[in-house]
Amino acid sequence: MAVDARQARGSGAPHPIDAATRVTPAPRVRPSRGFLSSSVRRFAHDPLSVVALGIFGLIVVITVLAPWLAANVLHSSPEEFTRTPEGRIATLQPPSQLYLLGTDELGRDNLTRLLYAGQVSLTVGFLVAFVSIVIGTSLGLVAGFYGGRADDLVNALVQFVINIPSLFVLIILSVLFTPSVLSLAVIFGLFYWPGTTRQVRGMVLSVQGRDYVDAARALGARDLRILAVHILPNVASIVIVVAGLDVASAILGESALSFLGFGVPVPLSSWGNMLSGSQDTFRSAPWLVYPPGAMILVTVLCIFLLADGLRDAFDPRIHE
Amino acid sequence: MGRFVVRRLIQSALLLFAVMTASFFLVRAAPGGPELALLNNPRVTQEQLQRQRERFGLNDPLAIQYLKWLQNALVLDFGRSYGYQLPVVEVIGDRLWPTFQLGLFSYAVGLLGVPLGVYAARHHARLGDDVVRFLTVLGSAVPTWWLGLSIIVLLNSLIGWFPNGQGTEGPWDWFRHILVPAVLLGLGGLITFTRFVRSEVLEVLSQDFVRTARAKGLPDRTVDRAHVLRNALIPIVTLLGYLLPAVLSGAVITEQIFNWPGMGKLFFEAASSRDYPLLLAMLMLGSGLTILGMLLADIGYGVVDPRVRYS
Repeated sequence: MAVDARQARGSGAPHPIDAATRVTPAPRVRPSRGFLSSSVRRFAHDPLSVVALGIFGLIVVITVLAPWLAANVLHSSPEEFTRTPEGRIATLQPPSQLYLLGTDELGRDNLTRLLYAGQVSLTVGFLVAFVSIVIGTSLGLVAGFYGGRADDLVNALVQFVINIPSLFVLIILSVLFTPSVLSLAVIFGLFYWPGTTRQVRGMVLSVQGRDYVDAARALGARDLRILAVHILPNVASIVIVVAGLDVASAILGESALSFLGFGVPVPLSSWGNMLSGSQDTFRSAPWLVYPPGAMILVTVLCIFLLADGLRDAFDPRIHE
Repeated sequence: MGRFVVRRLIQSALLLFAVMTASFFLVRAAPGGPELALLNNPRVTQEQLQRQRERFGLNDPLAIQYLKWLQNALVLDFGRSYGYQLPVVEVIGDRLWPTFQLGLFSYAVGLLGVPLGVYAARHHARLGDDVVRFLTVLGSAVPTWWLGLSIIVLLNSLIGWFPNGQGTEGPWDWFRHILVPAVLLGLGGLITFTRFVRSEVLEVLSQDFVRTARAKGLPDRTVDRAHVLRNALIPIVTLLGYLLPAVLSGAVITEQIFNWPGMGKLFFEAASSRDYPLLLAMLMLGSGLTILGMLLADIGYGVVDPRVRYS
């Protein structure tokens, strides 16, 4: 803004006309400390997200510590067929001081099984999200950045996978080849990558159209540099959110598959697997029914809230 | 528009073809080979094995086998089910009607999401909207199979009864047996529709033409009916198509929990008893219906929204 020549000369009281035309000073803007710190700050100021993060962290820590907790705090193990003081196997005991969540039809402590099953469920969830991100991000980048026939090919692949009824195929695959935790997670992930690809491709297309990318190209930047410096950071934030949602969906999906009996193979238990026995047993033992599903509900809910919080935190357009 | 439809039809046919090819190779890739899948009896002698191979044409070159498989699939001949000893098509046919009932009912439940979404949008940033949003987040985090199981356990302990199978003693009996499973099956659709309609209505409400209509002095009722709803509800058509595969998959779980004699339960039983002809046929059917649902949704979108046609 041009400096008024008379004011620059530093004359005494300002002329009334100068006072009328003087622009109000701009509001004080906090200097930006970078994308990451601003995002963290935005996240920390949202109470719901912080609480969700705390609860989810707690669940993860408890499941990771399951073996230690089982041995030292609960004094039991998931394979142990606990016995009553009279020496009989303690099948279907309701919750008591000895068995905090009761025992199941084989006499195993329900709480211990719940903790160990949490390990399996969470592992599958994270693995599936990993597979989905790896495949989805690479294909999405290629499709969005190079466009043309590569884009058409990726889209055709996406269409193919989306049109397959996943539950049917998963069940059939599980019948033909007995699944392990790793193979289950990988196959699951193969149904989740199209969602990631679509999001990544959309983000890449929108970033590509921005002026600073044009400027970089005009300055002679090569493809790899543009990808790494401009596109990847923008894509990373959306990938994190999608990954979070994938973990949640994977936990829900794996639990449904295991409930039907076609997921995590039996001796190993997951939160879904714990309830795949006969329904008659569960009608007479409600303490077996509520805990696994409740754990899934709380975990998935926390992840949803976390993902929402992250998405809002990464979005600089929402006012601080 | 016509070209768009033709293109999508060809795409769908190709997809179906790809799925059929994939299942052909799937069975042959299983450990134990197609003999395991097609014979289902581990204690056959070598001679019997050879005769069965001949009978199923497993000694022909792969290309011939493939063509024969395609040919059979196109006339809907998927062989005989092991468990039922009846042609697969017959076994599936018996289960179509109950599944259709359940599916239709759950669609109706899903459509309840439309008024709910409109309500939420109208009460945006007030308690009504917050409650609805809270319920949708909660509803999408709960595992449906667990909810069904919990309801059964709860009903059993509260009133000593739970829905099991189809009600055969008249319309009221039928209704009380289908109610809980249908609501469970429709829950996912209900949540999807609520969220979708809510965001659509919110978007339309912020448009200029709504402001103009109000500025003209039109009563809110008229503005809602003629302008807001008419535009916001257009994409519902497509959601109906996308809902079909979700209902199909959900039916497997729901029918198993409530013992409903439909295709979902059939699929579960076939998988448990390794009834491969039945399994494969149901995979084809499931894929076919999924592809059909997507196709109808895409074409429907083109029909109701002129802006899409020219892309």
